[in-house]
Amino acid sequence: MQGRTTVHAWLMLSPALLLLVAFTHYPAIATIWHSLFSTPRGSRPARFVGAENYLALAEDPIFWQALMNNLVYALTTIPLSIGLALMMALWVNGKIHGRTALRIAFFTPTVLPMIAVANLWLFFYTPDYGLLDQILRTLFGWGPTNWIGRTETALGAMIVVAVWKEAGFFMIFYLAALQAIPPNLCEAAAIEGASRARIFWRITLPLLGPTTLFVLVNAVINGFRLVDHIIVMTKGGPDNATALLLTYVYELGFRFWDTATASALTVVLLVMLALTAAVQFLVGEKRVHYR
Amino acid sequence: MNITRRTTLGAMAATPLLAAPAVHAQAPTEIVFNYPIAVGGPIPRLIDGYCEEFARENPRFRIKPIYAGSYQDTLTKTLTAMRGGDAPQIACLLAVDIFTLIEEDAILAWDDLAGVEKPWLDGFYPGFMENSRARGKTWGIPFQRSTIVTYWNKDAFREAGLDPETPPQSWAQQIDFAQKLTKRQGDNVTQWGIQIPSSGFPYWLFQGLTTQADVRLMNADGNRTFFNDPKVAEALQYWMDLSQRHRVHPGGIVEWGTTPRDFFERKTAMMWTTTGNLTNVRRNAPFPFGVGMLAAGRRPGSPTGGGNLYVFKSANAAQREGAVRFARFLTTPERAAHWGIETGYVAVTPQAFETPAMRAYVADFPAAAVARDQLPHAVAELSTHENQRVTKALNDNLQAGLLGRKQAGPAMADAQAEAERILRRYR
Amino acid sequence: MIGRVGNAFEHAAAWLLGLLWVAPLLYAIWAAVHPQGYSVRFDLFAPLTLENFAAAWDAAPFARYFLNTFVLVTMVLVAQFVLCTLAAFAFARSEFRGSGLLFGLVLLQLMIMPDVLLVENYRSMRALGLVDTILAIGLPYMASAFGIFLLRQTFKQIPRELEEAARVEGCGTMAILLRVYVPLAKPTYLAYGLTSVSYHWNNFLWPLVITNTVETRPLTVGLSVFASTDQGIDWAIISAATLMTSAPLLLGFLMFQRQFVQSFMRAGIR
Repeated sequence: MQGRTTVHAWLMLSPALLLLVAFTHYPAIATIWHSLFSTPRGSRPARFVGAENYLALAEDPIFWQALMNNLVYALTTIPLSIGLALMMALWVNGKIHGRTALRIAFFTPTVLPMIAVANLWLFFYTPDYGLLDQILRTLFGWGPTNWIGRTETALGAMIVVAVWKEAGFFMIFYLAALQAIPPNLCEAAAIEGASRARIFWRITLPLLGPTTLFVLVNAVINGFRLVDHIIVMTKGGPDNATALLLTYVYELGFRFWDTATASALTVVLLVMLALTAAVQFLVGEKRVHYR
Repeated sequence: MNITRRTTLGAMAATPLLAAPAVHAQAPTEIVFNYPIAVGGPIPRLIDGYCEEFARENPRFRIKPIYAGSYQDTLTKTLTAMRGGDAPQIACLLAVDIFTLIEEDAILAWDDLAGVEKPWLDGFYPGFMENSRARGKTWGIPFQRSTIVTYWNKDAFREAGLDPETPPQSWAQQIDFAQKLTKRQGDNVTQWGIQIPSSGFPYWLFQGLTTQADVRLMNADGNRTFFNDPKVAEALQYWMDLSQRHRVHPGGIVEWGTTPRDFFERKTAMMWTTTGNLTNVRRNAPFPFGVGMLAAGRRPGSPTGGGNLYVFKSANAAQREGAVRFARFLTTPERAAHWGIETGYVAVTPQAFETPAMRAYVADFPAAAVARDQLPHAVAELSTHENQRVTKALNDNLQAGLLGRKQAGPAMADAQAEAERILRRYR
Repeated sequence: MIGRVGNAFEHAAAWLLGLLWVAPLLYAIWAAVHPQGYSVRFDLFAPLTLENFAAAWDAAPFARYFLNTFVLVTMVLVAQFVLCTLAAFAFARSEFRGSGLLFGLVLLQLMIMPDVLLVENYRSMRALGLVDTILAIGLPYMASAFGIFLLRQTFKQIPRELEEAARVEGCGTMAILLRVYVPLAKPTYLAYGLTSVSYHWNNFLWPLVITNTVETRPLTVGLSVFASTDQGIDWAIISAATLMTSAPLLLGFLMFQRQFVQSFMRAGIR
């Protein structure tokens, strides 16, 4: 009986496993393998070079800048998008006026293609007659700002777009979780005189633990993956101020045709993702009651 | 599906027995032509028309255009397809990709093909041929070519007390005009004097300045750059000074894509951009505008730009013959003139400007001739081995200078050091 | 008293944020229905026009791109449903040696997204002769760790008694899966389906790399042709194209908004 179930299980698993191995595990391992060879060019075939590609990366200032940028990008987009998502969910779960309209408003970024919307954001950021500058001039009388043409503001501008894109999507998860919390729980606490803040911190937030872990996993991945708008708006510029690991992979692999270094960089990216994943699950296991 | 049909056809044509005239009648040789433009719009319609016309005149051949997006996308597509054993037979790609294509062992020299004669190759503007020749051979045929010109707002010139018909002639005058044209309200500038875009590919516009400073950025073999020449730093200093010292040019990086709109919105009185923008500006500028050569430094000058036709090694004998015929067909004076009039790109031969159609057009719209008149002063666009990499080294340092993060001299020295590191092994 | 002021403040903040979030869409509508010159100037009496839509429709073979995207999204969704259902069922209901480790291997994909493996996956597709096919765009996403994870959670919540009752009635494993588990997991399918559709409708980088021709390109790659123009950005046409291409998704969400949220709630992602 046990044996037959196992056979059944394997039969059911095999199609999915086959594809996962073919397009996730195999390429991950192949990337590591290819990162140890030189890039074949024209008549020159690839040859084994050991850690040379990694050493080249270590000497490449753009790599270090992309790495730093990516850390800043991830460490700001993750808390901002999760915090905003939770706030939005609390709002549209409560008795706010125009709840449905707000829900739709928060969710629109999820359905708009980034590749097109990035061009609209380009208009928002355009100096002088761009929407942002028009608003700032009307409200505060500020002069024009070259938002994406300056090192100080370019990465921030990209972060705003990413948070805008993500928060509404995460809101849906929180909203579903909030609606599943029995209302009498909070009512009982309110009768006992607990403040709203106290109810939130003591009851709501702990119950949202599993959702937060789930959202966090997604946010971390997006912190390294969500680069479409950067490719459209700045291509990593000005002077690499908005270069991230994945945009640099794209540049190395498909503009410089240096597939070997691109592979080495991909390995670095994978290691970072694996490390954060491990930390998340270790911490998550302890603090979240998952079924 | 396409792949199989194409390869089968190719194989058939390559087999001597089957390539006999009897078979030609029923199966025209298909030639795949990768073209760098978005699908739709006026240009693909023109190209489609040329392909049909060519097929009528040469029933043995059929050109199949594939519109592959931007120049960058088209190169990516072409090279990835080639590595997959599925290269096109001809492609229009950036003239500056010449060394990349040679290095990848992708293309053939036109001189070696049957049906290519010296007079035809020598009939193009020499300015365009600089980017088309390397190692003593001709690898690219000029087709979709452009240069940089100054556009100016005649109304703004009038308001500033300048002659609306004359653009600045020298670097000093350019600053002088720009100062008069810059309008301030307190600390805020409502209209800049001049705008030179610096996003994406600042090196191209920068080459206008370096040429005017009378210095070349690279050698003809594409394995040496001269970014650390003092004149190069001088050119960058001039660009930086426009915003950092004279305050007649917006600070930071100026977006290429929004510059024409800035011009239409009267946010800048003069702009540098490609001749390819002529039709766009003519259609959308809400004020009378002028088009002129770039102001001269030690000498006048601009780089050329745009795309050449390349023939790929994947072409078999019949396809090579077809490719040569097609390239000659596209560059006859009448067609080059037609192409220039319809698109705003520069017609590639002097004879094209002698055709009745072009004469009539220039008489009606003199701006169309500015690019031609600038051609004698034009130089080859920056092009080296590992072009994208070397260009990026220059771009990054130019932007660092314009952002005020580096001084002109050290920025160019850094760019040179990086270029040296990349190019050393190509000598 | 303080509560009321606080409440009003909170309302204002919520609405301001909502406005900010919907601003790009509002702007797109503005720019799309006015002549090009008004894309950057907001004038109540600006003339209305539908020309931008006509021009955008004319600028690229959008009908074909719509078809490609539709085929892609449908294909991926069907494959994901089938593959993930089978795998999730196996993980939820059979305890066998190594199932924990295997599940861990599956979850790895949550971290290693196909986008990160562009170069290698391109190599594989070339080896398989699939470059420039719609299948190649979808293939790396068909076995989805996200889907397996969600469905496994749902299946685990379904009481064993239901399964046993069906078994008593003589149902085999597949019949139990189809008659008991799948119907009860409907909300999960809806929630996951909508996320998957919106993801693949908007995916860009991988389709850009793997497609070469009009016959295979999805909408997003078609849209990118507006982005890479020599002659400067024309916001009016981009806006029209954006609205055109995302209208089906927007309308879908407008209509099914309530069910969407509820299904997420019942799907047990919490």
